[in-house]
Amino acid sequence: MLNYIIRRTFMLIPVLIGMTLVVFFIIRAIPGDPAQIILGQQATKESIAQLTKDLGLDQPWYVQYFDYIKSLITGDLGESLRSHMSIADEIWPYLAATLELTIVAMLIAIVIGVNAGIISAWFQNSWFDYTAMVIALVGISIPVFWLGLMEQWFFSLNLGWLPSTGRDNVRDPVEAITHLYLIDTLLAGRFDQFMEVIRHLILPSIALATIPTAIIARITRSSMLEVMGADYIRTARSKGVKMFWVVYKHGLKNSIIPILTIIGLQTGLLLGGAILTETIFGWPGIGRYIYDAISFRDYPVIQSGILVVATIFILINFMIDLVYAAIDPRIKYN
Amino acid sequence: MAELATKKPNLVIEQEEKVLSPWREGWQRFKKNKGALVGMVTILIFILIAVFAPLLAPYGVNDQSLANRNLPPSASHWFGTDDFGRDILSRIFFGARISLWVGFVSVLGSIIVGSLFGIIAGYYGRWIDGIISRIFDIMLAFPSILLAIAIVAVLGPSLQNALIAIAIINIPNFGRLIRSKVLSVKQEEYIMAAKAIGMKDSRILISHVLPNCITPIIIQGTMAIATAIIDAAALGFLGLGAQPPTPEWGKMLADSRQYIVQAPWTVIFPGVAIMLTVLGFNLLGDGLRDALDPKMRD
Amino acid sequence: MSTPLLQVEGLKKSFPITSGGLLRKNVGENLAVDGISFHVNEGETLGIVGESGCGKSTTGKMLLRLIEATDGKVLFKNQDLLTLPPEEMRKMRRYIQMIFQDPYASLNPRHSIERILEEPLVVHGIGNAAERRKKVQEMLEVVGLSPYHAKRYPHQFSGGQRQRIGIARALMTNPKLIIADEPVSALDVSIQSQILNLLKDLQKEFGLTFIFISHNLGVVRHISDRVGVMYKGKLVELAPSEVIYQKAMHPYTQQLLSSVPIPDPEFYHGDKRQAVTFGKLPSEFIIDESWKTVGAKRPDLVEVEPGHYIACYLK
Repeated sequence: MLNYIIRRTFMLIPVLIGMTLVVFFIIRAIPGDPAQIILGQQATKESIAQLTKDLGLDQPWYVQYFDYIKSLITGDLGESLRSHMSIADEIWPYLAATLELTIVAMLIAIVIGVNAGIISAWFQNSWFDYTAMVIALVGISIPVFWLGLMEQWFFSLNLGWLPSTGRDNVRDPVEAITHLYLIDTLLAGRFDQFMEVIRHLILPSIALATIPTAIIARITRSSMLEVMGADYIRTARSKGVKMFWVVYKHGLKNSIIPILTIIGLQTGLLLGGAILTETIFGWPGIGRYIYDAISFRDYPVIQSGILVVATIFILINFMIDLVYAAIDPRIKYN
Repeated sequence: MAELATKKPNLVIEQEEKVLSPWREGWQRFKKNKGALVGMVTILIFILIAVFAPLLAPYGVNDQSLANRNLPPSASHWFGTDDFGRDILSRIFFGARISLWVGFVSVLGSIIVGSLFGIIAGYYGRWIDGIISRIFDIMLAFPSILLAIAIVAVLGPSLQNALIAIAIINIPNFGRLIRSKVLSVKQEEYIMAAKAIGMKDSRILISHVLPNCITPIIIQGTMAIATAIIDAAALGFLGLGAQPPTPEWGKMLADSRQYIVQAPWTVIFPGVAIMLTVLGFNLLGDGLRDALDPKMRD
Repeated sequence: MSTPLLQVEGLKKSFPITSGGLLRKNVGENLAVDGISFHVNEGETLGIVGESGCGKSTTGKMLLRLIEATDGKVLFKNQDLLTLPPEEMRKMRRYIQMIFQDPYASLNPRHSIERILEEPLVVHGIGNAAERRKKVQEMLEVVGLSPYHAKRYPHQFSGGQRQRIGIARALMTNPKLIIADEPVSALDVSIQSQILNLLKDLQKEFGLTFIFISHNLGVVRHISDRVGVMYKGKLVELAPSEVIYQKAMHPYTQQLLSSVPIPDPEFYHGDKRQAVTFGKLPSEFIIDESWKTVGAKRPDLVEVEPGHYIACYLK
């Protein structure tokens, strides 16, 4: 097992290096002179030249890349051109906001998706199965941002049941400790704020959860059907009583692998796709952070932001690979 | 000369049985799937709308009428008007052109480039495979929307560039798909038989390997068009795709967003259009998969 | 004595063994075929027999260069096939063909029979479309199928019929030498004899030369003129068919023959007839234990009596 972990870690390295290269080059490729943009229209030629030198932008690309890697290793993600703060310091609240949203969304997706899938498989071709699968199909066809807009319009602007933007009540903001508001409010003992945070989470997380729920439901269903067709299940089933729970357990165990794959993939997609939801719900997450940086040509932020998100994505998939190997010993020996 | 042992062999098959190529059989199965047919019809409807938009649309796509801003659906404007007094129905019709165009072209590009690399990686293996697979891994390491946004940021916001960005992010998906199919076909004994006959590698690729890849490409391609359409709308929504006054559905949503309370129809209808189109492709893709896969799975 | 159609000298194949770890170093090699030599005369059938893993299939594939040999010579029509450039070798494949073991896997399920059979002709540029079609129909009849089968697909045929198609395919370019790699092993016993008889008839009709690879002694006896016995990568005995079955001298061959079941219910009831007779190695030769181990120095074939070769040492 240890051997497998080491091997996988090694395979990770070229990918990580490649990632930094890609990010580096993409940023360099964005048109516009950063020094010019920072200093604005009125800047003189000298000040632009000076700033270019200060920022090290006049060095050949490999020197810049090398410096970049060096600072990455020391944990320095650069300094935001807009806020002039260290990105490493600044980024966590945004990241936490997105993480909280993503985790809640994935939880919803897993709980509803897996169970819907299992029930659909068990009662194959029943009205439940049919309805669930149709809903799932529609679910993967709805654009997230439109769903968010519709939710916002209907539940918030129209009916006024739920707040339309933000993570908390602006008049009674949460005191951030971990920046994960669900935890922070409990730590502070403020149950009322906790409820408020939940109210703010509902709409965006449901919007975000729709597609993964649909996909997980479909995969779980087909995976379960495969398992249920297996001889040993048929034999057990013919014996009768309490069968549902046995199938639930066994079916689940065997379906874990495809489900895990989807979870890994979807989490990554959510991290990136959160940007759309965040735009609609005014959620101060990392998607917004990066997007705003693009409009402002805040290169260091764009660079580090994308890198951070991609790295998290890779790490999640890496951990899922390890979980695979732990569950299914065959995978290790491939 | 000795009698050939079996002049009239024990015939398992009767005389003139209808020849069923694997393709024909797949089509039979497809026809039975109602969902798939619905999907296909939906797509055809949208294609027709897109092609004949100038004839079908009651108004011009850019006909503004500031006196008629944000009117609710009525007899003269079935879907109402937007903030510039433009007829939403007409704009949606023309928007179909854009979405379908982006969907088809970007996916086609991805398929061609992705398949090329996938075949090379799968067939020739070793270090070439190593490099290509690593590149795919790196590309897939980025959440696709982010990568698309970054690419558009580099190239500049326009519909064209959105198309290119979407094509690029889909390349590794097809590349991997083709590569794994090629790898599995490579093992088959009929490939060895083809070599034994004296076939050139290039011929083997074209004649034996590629046809096996067509099915997964068709299925995956259909689903990819669905996501491409959504991605294009997403980019449009973020202002990174189509630029005004192009009636791209995502852009329409972004533009109308601020009027969502007074004029919800301006936001509802473009969204429904996106949803129906994508639903059509998903239904079709599902149907294709059910029809073609079990039978063609070798 | 005329030159043999095929002359194999010192054919070797070793597969590298990699240590599973991080860097995949070569930690050893698997000597699948350890230097074998034999010849095949025109018009005869040479059977190569041995248990699973002895290297007989690998040998067959090496002759066609479907697997590249590590060492040795394969002389066909006085040309060493192993040193031919790829294009030349490709052209040579017109004259040496192969019949595969698995009738289900060796035909592309997506191609019609006609297409499968036409392929060798197309590849070597033989005949125009009409001529090819005609030849396909002729060949189908030759192997015992009907011309209207041409438009069908492999999945519509039984195992035995598919093997006939495989045989037809091998015959399309009028090859001189056919390597049959366990052609009947995957078929029902009753079908096996049909296919074997078909092969024998085809041999007579077209003057073919066969190398027949199998693990089944009974089958090989039925069809071969001469038989070579392989054990772990080396030939241990090579002799005319009946000599092997009545005067086998190598301990391994004898072991192999003793294990063949006798299809005679009466046999075990105290019958004094010897089911298998063995020969005795002439006194000037000796066989030691080295034939059992791979990698050890193992003896090559020596002619101990006319036409009868044994892997042994001169005393």
